[in-house]
Amino acid sequence: MSPRNARTLRDGLTLIVLIALGLVMLTPLIWTVMLSLKSNGELLRSTANAFHGPWTLENYGTILKNSQVFRWLMNSAIVSGCTTIGVLVLSSLAGYGFSRVEFPGRDALFLFVLFGLAIPEQAVIITRHQMFSFLHLHNSYPGLILPGLSAPFGVFLMTQYFRAIPKELDEAALLDNASRLKVFWKVLLPLTVPAQATLGIFTFLASWNDYWWPLISATRADMFTLTVGLASSQINFAQTSGLGYLMTQAVFAAVPILIVYVIFQKYIVKAVSGAAVR
Amino acid sequence: MSAVRPRWSNALFVAPFLFFYLTLLIWPLLAGMALSLFKADLFGGRAFVGFENFARLMRDRVFLQAVANTFYFVLLSVPPLTVLPLFLALLLNKGGRLAAFFRGVFFSSSVLSVTIVTLIWRMILMPDGGFIADVRALFGAAAIPFLSDPRLVMISMAIITVWWCLGLPMMLYLAALQQVPKDIYEAAALDNASWWKTLWSITLPSLYRTVALVAIFQVVLQFQLFGQPQLITQGGPNGASRPIVLFIFEVGFRRWDIGYAAAASQILFAIILIATVVQYAVSSRGKASA
Repeated sequence: MSPRNARTLRDGLTLIVLIALGLVMLTPLIWTVMLSLKSNGELLRSTANAFHGPWTLENYGTILKNSQVFRWLMNSAIVSGCTTIGVLVLSSLAGYGFSRVEFPGRDALFLFVLFGLAIPEQAVIITRHQMFSFLHLHNSYPGLILPGLSAPFGVFLMTQYFRAIPKELDEAALLDNASRLKVFWKVLLPLTVPAQATLGIFTFLASWNDYWWPLISATRADMFTLTVGLASSQINFAQTSGLGYLMTQAVFAAVPILIVYVIFQKYIVKAVSGAAVR
Repeated sequence: MSAVRPRWSNALFVAPFLFFYLTLLIWPLLAGMALSLFKADLFGGRAFVGFENFARLMRDRVFLQAVANTFYFVLLSVPPLTVLPLFLALLLNKGGRLAAFFRGVFFSSSVLSVTIVTLIWRMILMPDGGFIADVRALFGAAAIPFLSDPRLVMISMAIITVWWCLGLPMMLYLAALQQVPKDIYEAAALDNASWWKTLWSITLPSLYRTVALVAIFQVVLQFQLFGQPQLITQGGPNGASRPIVLFIFEVGFRRWDIGYAAAASQILFAIILIATVVQYAVSSRGKASA
């Protein structure tokens, strides 16, 4: 076989394998969408006809009338948005502090922050829960947002990023008698926009999808995030008469984050690449 | 002017983060370690018992089963999560819209939350009206009790988890593949090296460090298994799908035996700390030799 033929054969085989695996990957998603388009009554009898009609949008009509689901969507947006902004601000300041200015014990302190990367959320959950009970922070936005601000990953990322920026840039500005805060704000921060985008997307995704903390902290239905709200809907899964509606909720919950993913896909790929090269 | 004098006021840049770090991560960690030495409940009853909670854990069949389940799950899920994404990355490491489309397909599940993933997979796996059962019924085959057979339930959890989590390692491999110097491939092409030979003697050896990092990262991640069994099976049947984190959750937030739950979470912390130290060692050794 000539090299060219071998190459064509290989490309063909690759494509077949990719299509097969891609179908395995997408089938659960397609199945979910199909079920969401069926009437609940028909699904109660059988799900076997999901791939042919009659289809209906009745479940989507029901969800649009369900104000609770929109409340959860809003809660998720508020919590993820505030967490992301908070993490970006704290990490940028701390990243600058650890990479650019000197203060006693700086390097030891940075190691101490790195140690936090090894602490799993589950190891602190019991006492954190008690603390938030004591401060009456459960079932509140601050209660859902604050724990996300303590994660050290962003500080680590921003410190690495600041270290890679040549020092001559800010030293020249300092010679011009600009204040440290001004150098940080005017000279360095604009250079870190790619890192901010990376950290911002990761933080937003992680916060939006977080299940563990909101499950424990938000016990009132009006303070659920979308993730926890969807969990509460599936508790009575075995007895449910509204399978189609349940699937519609899954689609409804997946759409916003899939939109975010499609819009920011480039940054996500770059973000992961950056993490790998590090 | 290049040597800037250390000044206390400079620490103000890191102070805001440190405040949250100390109060919301370090303090709960230390308080949790202390709490693990007490017999404590939600209502303020508290008595120092030393290491009795840990001794009790070692005798607790439910906990020991949860530890065994967790190790079993890690064993089931981490090898496919290390190898399958590598395979995909090798197939997709090229330009063009088609490759980009497939990269998008394989990453799409990663952005979903665990509650969406479990809802979707229940409708695939359940014996009454699930997708697999419906397809098998077309051929007259009986449904498989994926979620109610104690021998199958952890395998089902692993399948769900692999589907959910393979996107990120795939992206990491793709990024690492971009780092392999192009001129090595050009030299191999000049030598008329076959595709297989190039793969085995150039591509895979240069990915060694990434493979190790992906594997350890997945170990750390999968040890924290929680949402999938909590939402689908509540740890059943007969505790066959209860992992350590679900044990902590049940003891701490359903039975409110918080000293005991804190002790269990220290054991999880110790396991994850060990894995993280190994990860750090692998990553810094890789850098030193590079």
